[in-house]
Amino acid sequence: MRLSHRWREALTGLSFVCIWIVGFLIFTLFPLVRTFLFSLNEVRITAEGIRTQYIGWENYRAALFLDVQFGDILVQYAMETLVTVPIIVVFALMMALLLNIKVRGRGVFRTIYFLPVVITSGPVIKQLIDQGATTLPGIEDVVEMSLLEQMLPGLIADIVTYLLGSFITILWFSGVQMLIFLAGLQKLDASMYEAASIDGASRWETFWKLTLPMMNPMIVVNLVYTVITQSVFALNPVIGYVQDAMYDPALGMGYSAALAWLYFAVMLILLGLFVLLVRQRKR
Amino acid sequence: MSLWNRRVIDRWKRVLWGFTGEGILFRLIIYFLLTLVGFVYLYPLFYMVSYSFMDTDDLIDPLVSLLPTGFYVDNFVRAAAVMDFARTLMQTVLVSFLPAALQTASAALIGYGFARFRFPLKPVLFALVLATFVIPPQITMIPQFLMFQQLGLLGSIFAYLIPAIFGQGLKSGLFILIFYQFFRSIPKALEEAAQIDGAGPYRIFAVISVPMAVPAFIISFLFSMVWYWNETTLAALYLGDQLRTLPLQLQQFAATYQKLYPVAPNSQTGRSLNEAINMAGTFLNMIPLLIVYFVAQRWFVESVERSGITGE
Repeated sequence: MRLSHRWREALTGLSFVCIWIVGFLIFTLFPLVRTFLFSLNEVRITAEGIRTQYIGWENYRAALFLDVQFGDILVQYAMETLVTVPIIVVFALMMALLLNIKVRGRGVFRTIYFLPVVITSGPVIKQLIDQGATTLPGIEDVVEMSLLEQMLPGLIADIVTYLLGSFITILWFSGVQMLIFLAGLQKLDASMYEAASIDGASRWETFWKLTLPMMNPMIVVNLVYTVITQSVFALNPVIGYVQDAMYDPALGMGYSAALAWLYFAVMLILLGLFVLLVRQRKR
Repeated sequence: MSLWNRRVIDRWKRVLWGFTGEGILFRLIIYFLLTLVGFVYLYPLFYMVSYSFMDTDDLIDPLVSLLPTGFYVDNFVRAAAVMDFARTLMQTVLVSFLPAALQTASAALIGYGFARFRFPLKPVLFALVLATFVIPPQITMIPQFLMFQQLGLLGSIFAYLIPAIFGQGLKSGLFILIFYQFFRSIPKALEEAAQIDGAGPYRIFAVISVPMAVPAFIISFLFSMVWYWNETTLAALYLGDQLRTLPLQLQQFAATYQKLYPVAPNSQTGRSLNEAINMAGTFLNMIPLLIVYFVAQRWFVESVERSGITGE
C-alpha cells in the first residue's frame, strides 16, 4: 500500500516534468552532443545534406594556435569579464544598500535603476554607443586621458579607459543584481543589528561583520548571473565571431562549433574562478 | 555657558544627522547620491529623446548641445518608414507574447512537478534544469538551426514556440526555478484538503495551485516577453527575413535607410542618415517596451521579492 502510494507520487511527478525531460533531450542534450561531434569534424553543407569528415582535435588546434583574431577577442572577453563583473556586483550592492535606507520616494529611484533591464537589447545599446549617448560630456575634461596613459602601465590604462568609456552601459547591466541584493537586505533580522549596536559596533563594523557575510549567497548568485548575462549578450564580440564563422564557407560549422565549445569552457572557468574567490572569503 | 553650547550643538547634530541617521543632512546626502546615479542612468535616454527631435541645423549648430530648437518630427516619419514600423511591431508582439505565454505555462507545470512530488533522479534532473541556464544558446544553436531547417520550421514562429513548450526556451531554467520556489513557498494545506475530498493531482494543480501562483505567472510572462522581444542572435538565425522584429530592424537600420533614401549625388539638403534619425529609430524601437514597463512597473521591480527566487 505504502509502496504503491510512492509509485503513484513518482509517476504523477514525472508526468508534470516529462515535457521538460523530452525537451531537454531533444533541444539541449542532443544539440550539445552534436556540436561537440561537429567540432571534431570538418562539416560541409552540400546539396545532398551535411557531410562530415573526422579530423580529431584539428579545429581546436586551429582555433587556439592559428586563429590570431579569435585568440585576441577571447582574451579580451576574459579580461573584460574579470574587470566588469566585480564592478557590477559591488555597484549593485552599494546601490541596494542606498535603496534599503527608508527615505521617501526611493521606489521611484528603484524604478529608474531597473528600467535598462527592460529596454536593453544588442541593437539599442549599439545605437546608443555609436551615436555618443553613453558618454557623459565633460568626462574627458575631468580625467586627462593622455596623462592617464603615461602614468599607468599599458594594461591598467587600457582597463581604466575602457571603464570610463563604458561605465553607463556597465550600470545598465546591474538592475537585476540590485534587486536580488535588495531582497536579501530586506530579509535581514533587525534585532541582530540592535544587538550589535548595543555591543558598541559601529555601522562600518556591522556592514563588514554582519551584512556582508549574510549577503554571501546573494553575492554568489549575482556573480553567476552577471557572468552569464555578460557572456551571452548579443554585442559580445566572441558571439559575433562564432556566428560569422558559422556562415563562412572557408571556416565551416565544425570550426564554429569548436569555437563555441572553447568559449563555453572559458566562461565556465571564469564562473568557477569567481565562485571560488567568494567561497574562500567565507572561512 | 559651555553646557548650553554643547546642548545647541547636540540639537543641531540631531536635526542634521539624527539619532540613527534620519536627520536632514543625512537625507540630503542620500537624495543627492540617488539623484546623481539616476541622472547617469537616464542620461542616454535624455540624449536619445532630445537628439531624435533635432533637425540638421541643430545637429551642426555648436550652440545647440542638448536641447533641440524645435520638434522636428520628420526624423520619426523616416525612421518609422525604414523600420516598417506598424508591421514590424505586430510581428514583434507576436514573436514575444506567444513564446512567453507558452514558456510560462510549461515552466509552471515543470516547476510544480519539482516542487510537490518526489520521484527518482529528481536532484539530478533539477540540477540539469539549473545547468540549462548556464549553457549559452550559442553552443546549441547550430544543431537546433539544422534541426529546424530539416523540419522546415525556419522563418516561422514555431522555431521559437516548440522549444518554449518543452521548457527549453530563452532562460527557461530561470522561470522553472521561479515557479519551483513559488510553489514551495505556498502552504500545502489547501491541496491536502482537496486531496482528501478526492480531487486528483491535475485537478488540484489547475483549480487550487495555479490561482495561488498568479504573481509568479505575471512575473514570468513579463520577463519572458521582454527577453524574447530583445533577443536578436536567435531571432536572426531562426526567424530570418520572414519575421522581422524591431531590434532586428534597428540592427539593419543604416543599410535599410540607404536603400530607402538613396543620396542623390548633387543634393545639398541633409537627406542622408544622421544621428537624429538614428536616435528617432532607437526611440521608436524602445517606446513599446517603455509603455509595458510603466504599466507593469510594480511587477518588474518587485519581481525578486515576490517570486522568492533568492530562496529561504
